[in-house]
Amino acid sequence: MKDHSEHGEHNGAHQDDFVGKYIFSVDHKVIGLQYLFTSMFFLLFGFTLVLLMRWQLAYPGTRIPLIGSLLPLSLAPGGVMLPSFYNSLGAMHGTIMVFLGIVPLGVGAFGNYVLPLQIGAPDMAFPRMNMMSYWSYLPGGCLMLLSFFLPGGAAQSGWTSYPPLSVINPGQTTWLIAMVFLITSSLLGSINFIVTTLNMRAQGMTLWRMPVFVWAQFVTAILLLLAFPPLEAASILQLMDRVAGTSFYIPANLVVGGKLLDHTGGGQPLLWQHLFWFLAHPEVYVLILPAMGIVAEIIANNTRKPLFGYKEIVGAMIFLGGMSFVVWAHHMFLSGMTPALSNFFLVTTMIISVPSVALLTCLVFSLHGGSIRFTVPMLFALAFLPMFGIGGLTGLPLGMPVTDIYLHDTYYVIGHFHYVVVTGTIIALMGGTYFWFPKWFGRRMSEGWGKFHFWTTLLCMNGVFMPMFIMGMAGASRRLYDPTAQLHNLTTQPMNVVSTISAILLMTAQIPFLVNFFYSIFHGEKCDSNPWHVTTLDWACPSPPPHGNFAKPPRVYRGPYEYSLPGAKADWIPQDVKEAA
Amino acid sequence: MNGASGNYGMGLPIQASDAAPHIDLGLRVIHFAMFAIFILWSIFFVYLLLKYRKRAGVAAQREHMGLFWSLLPDAIVLGFEILLIFFYAIPGWTRFKMDAPKPEDSTQIEIVAQQFNWNIRYPGPDGKFGRTDPKLIDFANPLGIDPTDPASKDDYVSVNQLHLPVGKPVLIRLSSMDVIHSFFIPEFRVKQDAVPGMRVPVWFTPTREGQYEITCAQLCGVGHAIMRGDVSVHTPEDFQKWLAEASAPPAEARAAAPIEQW
Amino acid sequence: MSTATMEHAPVESTGIPNGKLGTWLFLASEVMLFATLFTSYIVLRVAAPSWPRGWDVLNVPLATLNTFILITSSVTIVMAHAKVLEKDKAGFRRYMFFTLLLSFGFLIVKSFEYASKFQHHHYPATSIFYAIYFTTTGLHGIHVIGGILFNAGLMIWGAGDGWEDPLFAGRVEYAGLYWHFVDIVWIFLFPALYLL
Repeated sequence: MKDHSEHGEHNGAHQDDFVGKYIFSVDHKVIGLQYLFTSMFFLLFGFTLVLLMRWQLAYPGTRIPLIGSLLPLSLAPGGVMLPSFYNSLGAMHGTIMVFLGIVPLGVGAFGNYVLPLQIGAPDMAFPRMNMMSYWSYLPGGCLMLLSFFLPGGAAQSGWTSYPPLSVINPGQTTWLIAMVFLITSSLLGSINFIVTTLNMRAQGMTLWRMPVFVWAQFVTAILLLLAFPPLEAASILQLMDRVAGTSFYIPANLVVGGKLLDHTGGGQPLLWQHLFWFLAHPEVYVLILPAMGIVAEIIANNTRKPLFGYKEIVGAMIFLGGMSFVVWAHHMFLSGMTPALSNFFLVTTMIISVPSVALLTCLVFSLHGGSIRFTVPMLFALAFLPMFGIGGLTGLPLGMPVTDIYLHDTYYVIGHFHYVVVTGTIIALMGGTYFWFPKWFGRRMSEGWGKFHFWTTLLCMNGVFMPMFIMGMAGASRRLYDPTAQLHNLTTQPMNVVSTISAILLMTAQIPFLVNFFYSIFHGEKCDSNPWHVTTLDWACPSPPPHGNFAKPPRVYRGPYEYSLPGAKADWIPQDVKEAA
Repeated sequence: MNGASGNYGMGLPIQASDAAPHIDLGLRVIHFAMFAIFILWSIFFVYLLLKYRKRAGVAAQREHMGLFWSLLPDAIVLGFEILLIFFYAIPGWTRFKMDAPKPEDSTQIEIVAQQFNWNIRYPGPDGKFGRTDPKLIDFANPLGIDPTDPASKDDYVSVNQLHLPVGKPVLIRLSSMDVIHSFFIPEFRVKQDAVPGMRVPVWFTPTREGQYEITCAQLCGVGHAIMRGDVSVHTPEDFQKWLAEASAPPAEARAAAPIEQW
Repeated sequence: MSTATMEHAPVESTGIPNGKLGTWLFLASEVMLFATLFTSYIVLRVAAPSWPRGWDVLNVPLATLNTFILITSSVTIVMAHAKVLEKDKAGFRRYMFFTLLLSFGFLIVKSFEYASKFQHHHYPATSIFYAIYFTTTGLHGIHVIGGILFNAGLMIWGAGDGWEDPLFAGRVEYAGLYWHFVDIVWIFLFPALYLL
């Protein structure tokens, strides 16, 4: 127990005025909610973009219903989208979902709000930097949206932005600048999370008493800290290629549209790929780890017993994080890089499947011996397990270079990563929303509508993405504006229709959720500070917590999952209770 | 379109190269294992949910299954992967991406991808590709072949039409003149990114006569969806006949067989 | 304020002050940033058919001068921190002023270098060598400017309320850490670009 933290820092400014309290707030809870609402908007926006794409994929060359006539000539003359608009939608859907949606929600919203509470801290280590992190994210996000309206339109070279295409295509400069904002936001946030976790834990909260959620956020923050800078450097180089005419990624003698490009050459397209994937692979673990942390908390709470293999779970997360830095080129098996390199990445990729399997095993085994309550959060947490299992298993043929020869850049890949991120992470984030809603707003969401939302969402998500594995195995290529222009996509075209209809239904299924969510903020059933009977410290303060969180500093006496202790009166003992009653 | 449309179904396309059986074997074995793992886990999962659902008067038990049971799935998956790596993945990769056939034993072809065409060049009887110069590129000379180089006299360029003899290895040197494309023939299970500034060798042996499809498997711009070509695999005699007719001296060739496009 | 009772509660901590830990983490991310640029430089140079010798094309005497300027400024910022610990306000201002002066000197020398290159029509687009040169030294220069702003801010703050603030000494130390990092990057850049 040491007292070296600089308490003057985390008191922050005393904010009385509206702007200080709600706009430029330095309170982690307000910032967490800012991230929550902003990221929810971006997720819905990104979903809408892909609905447009899905219409074109199912019914190529037809007028987009409802909004087709509203779109400008430059994007969709006569309501039929142009290939350039299709490519923009694809690039922006990916970018928005990953960088403006999932990470800000999983890390910025859940992490910011819950982590200080779970370690018994009054706020983050650097409250003002926390505020700056949000206010880097928002302008970056707005710039991404604005890019649709700028000359040239939005980026259209994939979220992967491979040169030379991304250097000669329009829309990329804005994308790159917006990425710099987003990367800055992420770096500021990750420094905050790491220092907070290491230095601001309440007395008695040793590292091995921290909830799994905190460990997950901690490892995630380390990944963000170390993996994003290479992408920032790579983006600067690509910006220079576009704006200053350099040739970092441009080889000599490029002939585009019959004309020799006036770059001097000497660069390498593969350099971008290596640098991009060096970030982007750890990034996918950034997408999944917070979700796993959420699922772990919900399962422990709703089985009324400690998690199976707490130390194994933490060890697996740390190992996963470390390994994530040495698998990146499994995205590049067919890129033209030296073939022998692929064998190295094959081995590391197979090794990284071990901690993933370990995590899933521990979570499933946690159900054994439990007294399982099928609350709405628990339904989502349970669904995560087999869905993530499908996502993870389908990574196996992709991670083997030989089978990847066939499956690379087919719909199989799209199915794989959407299973992990949508039926995996998004399901977990939805469950987390239902779970922590009472903490954020002091009220409960409707259970009945929650169950309806769960079943419809699960069904529709599978309807969208399961056909993609069939399409991929049949050879259907991805990123095609008109799949019917190619013979090898014709037989699986009906699958596109199935996906599209499921996607439309999926969007519709979110309406009751959104109504439930916003209605319950103001008129939901009021509840006490700990309606789920959770042992972790985040539930030991009022719902919602006041500024400073805890009336007096918590003192921690036990581990995070003291459920069903033999001989105890209640089936749960909070972490800050000394004697088992 | 041509007869290639019959090659595809809801499963894997027909096998038309020597690579296809090996790759399909891997895909099938892995998917069998994936299904087995998923089904077994799902049964266990549903069992746990039913057996340990909350019941009145029954408390949760803190003791749980031992470490052995939790490491068993890991060990099984790891063991399976190790077997795959050493007996399937590395040998296959070596065969398809590292051990190129000798040029003398192969049908040599150069393919230069372009937004949004596949430019295919045959070296002709001399087996040598003539020199190219980007400054000479125009519509009639998409590769910019330098006519002053004697080796280019017998070069023949086809756009989007790839003709091959069955049973003989094909050795392609693949490149691009503008952005990254990817050369993919689903029936052959062949795929390789075409990168500007790089020449990457691609090889396979067609094992079945017929019509197949080339498609582009890397986003290359607004025409990515229409960037396709046709592959015709002939008997060796028919292939020689085709090549002779197609690469006949220029004046007759232009009259007899204008550059085929899709 | 409701956190008043929290202010001096004992906590589980590493013992390293928040600001110091945060600075080291920030520097770790900066190492990754510059490591990426160095790696790109190595990759592009090794693959290039030819590459000019740094000292044939770049101004080595000026860069050597800049190296000494930067190293000296690292010394002066350490002295500035020492003066804070000794509670010598005038000493702190003197040494921080020298640090800023030297930093500006670095930038001025750099601008002479750049101006001369532009006069001879050597721009980033001219060749891959110049692309690397301008981009890496440019990004380094931006980091120098960042350091100047932070150090100037400390000087102004220290002239007023800051001097009595318990966080002041720590922040001067962190500024020093950052400044040493900027110096070390230059010490790698200089031989890599100019001497090899």
